[in-house]
Amino acid sequence: MKKLNFKYHVLYPVLGLLCVGMISCERGFSDDIEFATFPNNPDIFTDAPVGLTDQFFESFDPAFGANTEGFGTDDNVAFEGNSSIRIDVPTPTDPDGGFIGGIFRDRGDGRDLTSYDALTFWAKGSTTAVVGTVGFGTDFIDNTYAVSLNNIELSTKWRKYIIPIPDPSKLTQEKGMFLFSAGTESTNGVGYTFWIDELRFENLGTLGQPRPAILGGLDQTAQTNVDSSVSIIGLTQTFNLANGQDVTVTATPAYFDFETSNPFVASVTNQGLVTVEGSGEIDPDTGEIDNTAVITASVAGVQAAGSLIVQAVNLNVISIFSDIFANVPVDNFNGFYTPDGQTTLGGAVNENGNNIIDYTLLNFVAIEFYGREGSGIQPIDASEMTHLHIDIRVNQQVNPSDTFRIEVFNNFATGSQTAGGFNVSGNDLASNEWVEFDIPLSSFAGLNTKDALGAIIFSSGTLANVSLDNIYFYSEN
Amino acid sequence: MTHKIFNINKAFILYKAFYIGLLCIITGCDPDEAQTVTNFNTLTLSEEFDGTALNTSLWSFDIGDGSAQGIPGWGNNEQQYYTDRPENVTVEDGVLKISARLETFEGSSYTSGRILTRGGFQQKFGRFEARIKLPWGQGIWPAFWMLGDDNNGLEIWPNIGEIDIMEYRGQEPTITHGSVHGPGYSGGNSITKQYELMNDRFDTDFHVFGVEWGPDYINYYVDDVLYNQITPDDLEEEGINRANWVFNDREFFILLNVAVGGSFVGNADPNIPYPQTMEVDYVRVYAAD
Repeated sequence: MKKLNFKYHVLYPVLGLLCVGMISCERGFSDDIEFATFPNNPDIFTDAPVGLTDQFFESFDPAFGANTEGFGTDDNVAFEGNSSIRIDVPTPTDPDGGFIGGIFRDRGDGRDLTSYDALTFWAKGSTTAVVGTVGFGTDFIDNTYAVSLNNIELSTKWRKYIIPIPDPSKLTQEKGMFLFSAGTESTNGVGYTFWIDELRFENLGTLGQPRPAILGGLDQTAQTNVDSSVSIIGLTQTFNLANGQDVTVTATPAYFDFETSNPFVASVTNQGLVTVEGSGEIDPDTGEIDNTAVITASVAGVQAAGSLIVQAVNLNVISIFSDIFANVPVDNFNGFYTPDGQTTLGGAVNENGNNIIDYTLLNFVAIEFYGREGSGIQPIDASEMTHLHIDIRVNQQVNPSDTFRIEVFNNFATGSQTAGGFNVSGNDLASNEWVEFDIPLSSFAGLNTKDALGAIIFSSGTLANVSLDNIYFYSEN
Repeated sequence: MTHKIFNINKAFILYKAFYIGLLCIITGCDPDEAQTVTNFNTLTLSEEFDGTALNTSLWSFDIGDGSAQGIPGWGNNEQQYYTDRPENVTVEDGVLKISARLETFEGSSYTSGRILTRGGFQQKFGRFEARIKLPWGQGIWPAFWMLGDDNNGLEIWPNIGEIDIMEYRGQEPTITHGSVHGPGYSGGNSITKQYELMNDRFDTDFHVFGVEWGPDYINYYVDDVLYNQITPDDLEEEGINRANWVFNDREFFILLNVAVGGSFVGNADPNIPYPQTMEVDYVRVYAAD
């Protein structure tokens, strides 16, 4: 979409006239033409905001708790010059809002940042603390090239921070100059102040070894129905800095070039949305149907770690927990039956961009979806389903004698409750590796009706540390 | 750009302070004036690594972890086992590749390579340079260096002298070090200076590392920048007898290696990407004329 835009010739009359002249005599753009570009001013705040909107600071929505009162400048504190940005991080119970954050936006039509490789600034805190997010590329319009660096450690002395641009060639017209978001998670709810100065884009030249990743750098498999879609998540870019440290930023899909190995099975958009297009074709070499497509990505020509292996299937699915299918609503991923002796901690977490369920101190634990405490969650009618799919990773040593038990409940917590259990043998599990299981529902002895499934309870003997993913009921059409 | 002040000659050495001031002014007035980096131009060795195998009539291998030589860890607590396998040393795509790998081998946790021209090419004085793209990461320690001829084992290090044209810590990807070691100034007490790229790195593209070496001086340069000169005066400044200058009387041979871990860099990080490869486009030597 970064084509010549004639309205900007008003801003750049000389270049504009040049373009018009070339068009009139050649009926097309010659190789010599220079397209109108946007200003490349790198400065955002030195002793005052540079080229930003009149608001300077545009807060996140106060309706979601953002505090608009804690932002200002401080003429008594500066890293260089005579002023800095001062941010007073509120307490969680502050009536004006329990966190502070927002963006700075270019007051014009955006800046050409293609000649820079990082956004940098100096900051210090009134105390040591962790600022949740800093970044750029968020403009509250389309946020196409948003980048964020999470959990930066503040010192009480000035320290320089570097946010690499994943691929500078993309930023030909960027309005999102800066973003921050800060709360008091790291200070036990105690408010604090931090200052930012000399905020600008720079061409450091000392960033190296780019290592982009999708899906947290993992090779993940998704069995997906034709016409259904799944988004590529967990997008990051990592650079090595001059000080030898790596820094990893999260980035939007627009920085990535996605590719499918088999467009007849799965397509992928430039936003990383994968859609299963067909069930595959017969491989002339093997005579078997090839229903697989591998989705990969790159940033600025560097191959990203991680891939999505799409297997087109024809399934009816009711998904409890997965990044692949639309999930049904559930009450919880850990029912916390503490009075009944449950020790299990944990629940749904994001692991390197991949959503998983992670349990520790596991003795037993429930995923509930029956409408606990009047939640309105509806039990699942799985009458037409034939299998339960589940991925299990044991995060400790596994012995053949170990057992991981899965119990499925119908009419859970009612007078007509029935249940069936299935034991996964330690022989079939692996230490620190994901193992996929497709268990026929007929193997859950005692589960005679499945028209109102309301809970799955997992229990184990010595396996106290277990992660789960891709939990869904399905039947093949 | 204070590193552009050098214009090496005897007068400069004698009146260092005065000339530093004067040349600063000259540089300031005319930034286009090129710094004289090298003077010797008669090629005596041109190793371009254009073939498909290492020229073993020129290069030989050091093998092992140093134990067989009586210096386990090669005297520096290094963690690698050097091999002559193509996994560690190979010539392809017009470059020499020395690769440090994370693998258990002969009791070591890493393997790598070290090659040398002892007996294959040795020379006293001249210009020695190599065009190199360096590896990176905590504990990776590549080097392009020289040792003095040991007179068939009759003399030992550090009396034979060591000229380190390039040493580099993988965790400091913008900094190279140039050093000399000799009697009274070896190991951690070498005469050394580092040179830092301000807007670039050594692991993302090739750079030329070189010395011009003559009687009583060794000049160090990176690309088109002369960044240090070491002379017997530097020994005196360290309280070492200038007679301990051991670089006027013997031939030196060339070594290229990638060490893993060791006193200079600290333990290697097993979590960085491996292999870590040093690529050498060429090694060229010129006579001192």
